[in-house]
Amino acid sequence: MAKTVNVNVHHVTRVEGHGNIVVNATDGQIEKVEWQVPEAPRFFEAMVRGRSYEDIQTIVSRICGICSITHSLASTKAVEKAMGIEVSEQADKVRILMHYSEQLQSHILHVGYLVSPDLFGLPSVVPLAAKAPEVVLAVIRVHRLANEWSDLIAGRTTHPVTLKPGGMTKFPSEKQLRDLQERLKKGVADLKAVAEAVLSAAGAIPDFTRETEYVSLKQDTPPTYTFYHGDITSTDYAGTVGINDWKTVANEYVNDQSTAKWTKWHRPSYAVGALARYNNNAELLSPLAQDIAKMFAMEKGCCNPYMNNVAQVVECVHVVETSIQMIDELLTTGIKNEKVKVTPKAGKASGCVEAPRGILFHEYEFDRKGNCVGADICIPTNQNHASIQEDFEKLVPEILDEGEDAIRLKMEMLVRSYDPCISCSTHMLDVQFVK
Amino acid sequence: MSKPKIAIFDFACCEGCQLQLVNLEEELLDLLGVADVVEWREAMSEKSDEYDIAIVEGSITRLEDEERLKMIRSRAKILIALGACATMGGINKLKNNFDLDDVKKCVYGKDANKPHLATQMTKGLDEVVDVDYYVHGCPIDRKEFTYIVRCLVMGKTPEIPDYPVCVECKANGNPCLWDEGQVCLGPIIRAGCGARCPSNGFRCFGCRGYVDNPNVDAAKEVIDKYGLNVDDLKTKMILFGSRQEPTIHG
Repeated sequence: MAKTVNVNVHHVTRVEGHGNIVVNATDGQIEKVEWQVPEAPRFFEAMVRGRSYEDIQTIVSRICGICSITHSLASTKAVEKAMGIEVSEQADKVRILMHYSEQLQSHILHVGYLVSPDLFGLPSVVPLAAKAPEVVLAVIRVHRLANEWSDLIAGRTTHPVTLKPGGMTKFPSEKQLRDLQERLKKGVADLKAVAEAVLSAAGAIPDFTRETEYVSLKQDTPPTYTFYHGDITSTDYAGTVGINDWKTVANEYVNDQSTAKWTKWHRPSYAVGALARYNNNAELLSPLAQDIAKMFAMEKGCCNPYMNNVAQVVECVHVVETSIQMIDELLTTGIKNEKVKVTPKAGKASGCVEAPRGILFHEYEFDRKGNCVGADICIPTNQNHASIQEDFEKLVPEILDEGEDAIRLKMEMLVRSYDPCISCSTHMLDVQFVK
Repeated sequence: MSKPKIAIFDFACCEGCQLQLVNLEEELLDLLGVADVVEWREAMSEKSDEYDIAIVEGSITRLEDEERLKMIRSRAKILIALGACATMGGINKLKNNFDLDDVKKCVYGKDANKPHLATQMTKGLDEVVDVDYYVHGCPIDRKEFTYIVRCLVMGKTPEIPDYPVCVECKANGNPCLWDEGQVCLGPIIRAGCGARCPSNGFRCFGCRGYVDNPNVDAAKEVIDKYGLNVDDLKTKMILFGSRQEPTIHG
């Protein structure tokens, strides 16, 4: 069979932001395999200049509607580090609870609403609701739980308004925390049902592997499956790198064949996200999360990028189980009012947290009045673009016999598996407009 | 009457307002009972060129986006601007306070002049095409969105508040954030959000835009009372209101 294939997906659907896929092959010869990002650039690093340290999180939260809490936390941590501001243990715990709510929100949205239609062979979640209503209802209940959890701790589901340099503008009451804890306990059953449903359709997850480097946070004291504290590590590196040195990890570079700013550390590309966290920290997952991973026979060192979605399911269980425990700790010490007074000063520092879709770096410099004089932001999706491109280059030759429809589907599924958040793209990557 | 066809589009934004539509959960399915969603890239694979109502999120920052928006406008009977980026340019308008070449150089350095990085002054939708209805906020309020869509499906005109956030904030029984030294825009910003931010102890930063006739002189009195100066208020106002702030005298 003459393997002449032309795939041209303009604006991949069911992802956040805009991305294109282009494949051209004639008589079995692959001429072009490209992952392109035509999202309108938004210039956040330029826009924060001159703004007060108090307003930074309000601005950069708008980088992404789906990981707004993550961007707010990363920037607030950077501000606090730059100005030497300490945060109480109580505020730190409540922030992590807030961060976990977004991990659940984003993961269940992605797996339940955006990826599951692929697994069940449907164009969107709407027909899936007719085909498997009990599963979709479980997804909806978990998603609502995650949203209301964010509402409670962050003040809103999207673009938080309870965070301020030095602490929180508002803490949840002990009663609210107890109620949340009850709901989280009930949510575990729904999460198990979602995991079972994904498992039942796991045959649709393509069997594809490409060994690569996985980069994430790592926290040793105390050993934690971390999203919030710790330093940078990778599957190619036994030690850790401090957050202020993140540029020695990301190594943003311009690709010879394109205008792209990509990232690389020990190899031409690396991957970030749930699978990267899993591959670096799996043994630190909560007991039930470990059980879910076993259900999928998922091993530390998994190099199938499509399994990122399974790692997301595992992390959903982990954040819920861990939060139940954290609420116990908060209730034991009791919630206390805090009055925080911050005096701005000059400084420069980086803040890092794990976004649902991977490690995120924010760096700011402030003058002595606390006004921003410079910023640099490196988002997880940008760190994954080179990895998506390399996956494409290995995947396409392996499936060239399968026909355009199957190739298109598997490539779209691959993009979705990374959970790209392209509107996040503060730096433009690999843009080549194809005539 | 056949069900109206709805299509949802996005331009430069964080897509957080579309996310609020997803967050409607079952209510979204109810909405699908009274309308057909024929295109929604973020959530569905289907695409369509035929629709009655276009819901558009995001701000306009490129010439090619202007063309696409005009095309959407020409096909839609009703065009709804979804969220602050669409209603007034949103946070992306902060860019308009700088020289555009400087903005590009700041982020992209020596690559700043690459053609795909072309950018222009940020515009809200109504600076390019006629907009029929506005869903304010960053992000939008889900209840307000369903209220507006329900009105449209029933052929009614939705009523959007034209009084300041302070009204809702007072009704919630909150202490005034000005007393805590926060520069809160509540006195001049359009209500309808339930004073969500000040109720959580966070100053209003103006994401719903100004009321039709903002009483800026009264705002000035507030500033004087708290010993601040007009610049303190102005810098807060340009967060979401760049290049559209009402004149403050003094």
